Amino acid sequence: MTVFIDIGALEDIPRQGARVIRTAQGCVAVFRTMDDRVFALDDRCPHKGGPLSEGIVHGDRVTCPLHNWVFDMNSGTAQGADEGAVRTWPVRVEQGRILISAELVSRPRAA
Amino acid sequence: MKKLVVIGAGMASGRLLEQLFEAAPGEWHVTLFNAEPRGNYNRLMLSPVLSGEKTYEQIVTHDADWYAAHGVDCRFGEPVVRIDRANRAVYSNAGGAPYDALVIATGSAPFIIPVPGRDLPGVVTYRDLEDTNAMIEAGVAGKDAVVIGGGLLGLEAAAGMAARGARVTVVHLMGHLMERQLDPAAGYLLQRDLERRGIKVHCKGATKAILGHGQAEAVLLEDGTVHPADLVCMAVGIRPEVRLANDAHLEVERGIVVDDALRTSDPHIFALGECVEHRGQVFGLVAPLYDQAKVLARTLLGEEAAFRPVQTATKLKVTGCDLFSAGDFAEGEGREDIVFRDPGRGIYKRLVLENDRIVGVVMYGDTADGNWFYGLMKDETDVGEMRDTLIFGPAFQGGAKLDPMAAVAALPPEAEICGCNGVCKGAITDAVLNGATTLEAVRACTKASGSCGTCTGLVEQVMKLTLGDGFVAPAPAGMCKCTDHSHEDVRRLIRSMGLKSIPAVMQELGWKTVGGCHSCRPALNYYLLAEYPLDYRDDRQSRFVNERNHANIQKDGTYSVVPRMWGGVTTPSELRAIADAAEKYAVPMVKVTGGQRIDLLGVKKEDLPHMWADLNAAGLVSGHAYSKGLRTVKTCVGSEFCRFGTQDSTGLGIRLEKLLWGSWTPHKVKLGVSGCPRNCAEATCKDVGVVCVDSGYQISVAGAAGMEVKETEPLATTPSEDEAVEIITAFVQLYREHARYLDRPYKWVAKVGLDWVREQIEDVPTRRALVERFEISQSVYRRDPWAEHSTTTETPKWAPLADLTLEAAE
Repeated sequence: MTVFIDIGALEDIPRQGARVIRTAQGCVAVFRTMDDRVFALDDRCPHKGGPLSEGIVHGDRVTCPLHNWVFDMNSGTAQGADEGAVRTWPVRVEQGRILISAELVSRPRAA
Repeated sequence: MKKLVVIGAGMASGRLLEQLFEAAPGEWHVTLFNAEPRGNYNRLMLSPVLSGEKTYEQIVTHDADWYAAHGVDCRFGEPVVRIDRANRAVYSNAGGAPYDALVIATGSAPFIIPVPGRDLPGVVTYRDLEDTNAMIEAGVAGKDAVVIGGGLLGLEAAAGMAARGARVTVVHLMGHLMERQLDPAAGYLLQRDLERRGIKVHCKGATKAILGHGQAEAVLLEDGTVHPADLVCMAVGIRPEVRLANDAHLEVERGIVVDDALRTSDPHIFALGECVEHRGQVFGLVAPLYDQAKVLARTLLGEEAAFRPVQTATKLKVTGCDLFSAGDFAEGEGREDIVFRDPGRGIYKRLVLENDRIVGVVMYGDTADGNWFYGLMKDETDVGEMRDTLIFGPAFQGGAKLDPMAAVAALPPEAEICGCNGVCKGAITDAVLNGATTLEAVRACTKASGSCGTCTGLVEQVMKLTLGDGFVAPAPAGMCKCTDHSHEDVRRLIRSMGLKSIPAVMQELGWKTVGGCHSCRPALNYYLLAEYPLDYRDDRQSRFVNERNHANIQKDGTYSVVPRMWGGVTTPSELRAIADAAEKYAVPMVKVTGGQRIDLLGVKKEDLPHMWADLNAAGLVSGHAYSKGLRTVKTCVGSEFCRFGTQDSTGLGIRLEKLLWGSWTPHKVKLGVSGCPRNCAEATCKDVGVVCVDSGYQISVAGAAGMEVKETEPLATTPSEDEAVEIITAFVQLYREHARYLDRPYKWVAKVGLDWVREQIEDVPTRRALVERFEISQSVYRRDPWAEHSTTTETPKWAPLADLTLEAAE
């Protein structure tokens, strides 16, 4: 079962925007859509490493600011002709607080 | 299946294959050879490709899927080198193919005039996509180009290169342009219009040689004139490409001789298109070629069919030059002219009559009635009854109202609407009644307006007549995938419908996506803030990262910080503050920019507001090095220090920068002010450049020094600094109100025309109103975004929301 931890208030993220959290597994972008849904994706575009947290959020998509790759935030997969995916993380909102998977607290196991 | 081999994938053979597959799919197996490494595309549309209005992809008529669906064996990039008539086979260097029937559609080759220098690099022809791309890739902007040949093709090449920023001269052998289609009066009007658009025209110019050392540099004429030329385009004419047919010992005169069924002297070999000669006539326009395709398709299916050429009308596909020509307009015994001139509006119409029948039509400036006259000419209608008012067009006949719809309504069903494809009004009406209710659908089933496209408006009118109010004319291409509305439409509707937010625009204009996309959102945000500076609140989340974060993102996700240095002037204390900030935040690189200021590169996002606060404390503000807005005003030292300076260029630069800074524009805006014509501030490649002279200020606009390089064009000259400032402000506001988002001023000016811009700026009330609207907008936007984002409440938002690495360490 996924354990969640509190990372902040929903209001801390602007609608159609994102904030970054630093984690043991690298930076993760936490997005808020126009209708207050929340998504968490690795903040690193698989193309050239662009910070997705700085992209324009439209619907449940985000466009990488460096070269306009577009990702579906539900699955993390690139849209259109581009191929690739970013890792998504379990995240949810409860009573105005954003809760994210606690696995981000621990360091990745050495593979 | 019987084997058909086709040599050449041009417009004629493409149409032939369509007709063949439609009438009898499966009857012929087709092998299609083409010397060009691609299939069929619409050659009539090369001029929009050259001018940059269309791309190659947009003019492809048959794609790989189409060939695959019809089982065509495509041998593209394989020129056929030999026809073996005895064994009925053709060979390329890569292999052969047997045939039961062979169609030669090798088209034509450009005629190269045999002058010295014709082989120099930089000498091109204008016939296919390779030629077009060669001209585009030569990067004609700011260069000198000479087009030899002032016919249809030459003028389209000239206009296309001019649209890409070349200085173009057309050299034409005859006394006036397009002498085969126009009489001298219309040729004169055309020349005048082209010259107004900056294209020089040299008539009665015989080319003697192309000069240059290892590269074309100039064109020398017989009369001794030398026109500089980095690029020379030969467009003097075409000749049928008959080499294969000659080698195969087919009967060849000027072209490959064919009979009415388009059969050559070998009963198994046919030919069509620009390579053929039929009853002594060769062909260059598309309409008769399409007729040939129809006839040949029927011949190949064993039906009786005979090709009968009809007279065709000519239109020039150069935006802003409206001309129409058909028939014969030479003077002669028994011929009479009806001429209408309106010099003020540049309109000229001439009808040539013989025995009360129209035998020739030349129109310039207003060609709306062209098709009606053309119909009367083709049908040999007796015009004796309406001769008195004939020149005024169909609207004046029989008391019909002055309404284009009425004119179209009055056309009989057999009236030709689309000349290229020979589609009559009745065919369009039938298609609409059978369910083709969009222009695309009508094009798909009738081909009407599918080639050169000049009859699109007429086709739409016929559709509207048939469908009534159910027909909505299609908008130009949408601004992005989210909408079919064009940028221009969206902007107009924002204004006319009073839409004041992005959600309101998306709702009212029927956006197809939720929340738009990265392409339309920044554009909408700009249009709204430009239209409603006081009511609309800038939407940060609809801005590209650089404008949202007021710094330029770098490839590693860090940012660059550029403080403003007004007119490129700084002080020791400012430099000290910049040095301190660079050290305090461990900036990896400090660099002087081309805009006379200092760039601090490699700053972490969370450090931005802190650094800004430090710089603000020393009096420095954002340089907007990241914005679609005013960037820099580059200056030289001017009269204050320089022994050549004529005016205080530095002072004027600072004044302009303090006036314009903070304003948002469709794309970035850079200014330069030079204190004398030595132009040390390089003002003449900026969006707005001022060159000071003894008598005052020369203001020029629409320069470029990026992907394209282009010199500015003169806008105004004034003795007064105040007036110079007013003119520049008005120009910037005009650009803000009219340009499409992401068009730099030079692109916008090319679209609307410098003359129009000048008219707005020269009219004092218009100019003052522009300045006033700019000031209203600046009352909101002339302020430092760095100060707004480095407050104690805002600064924390630039840091990560949480740091889970710390929790892990605990």
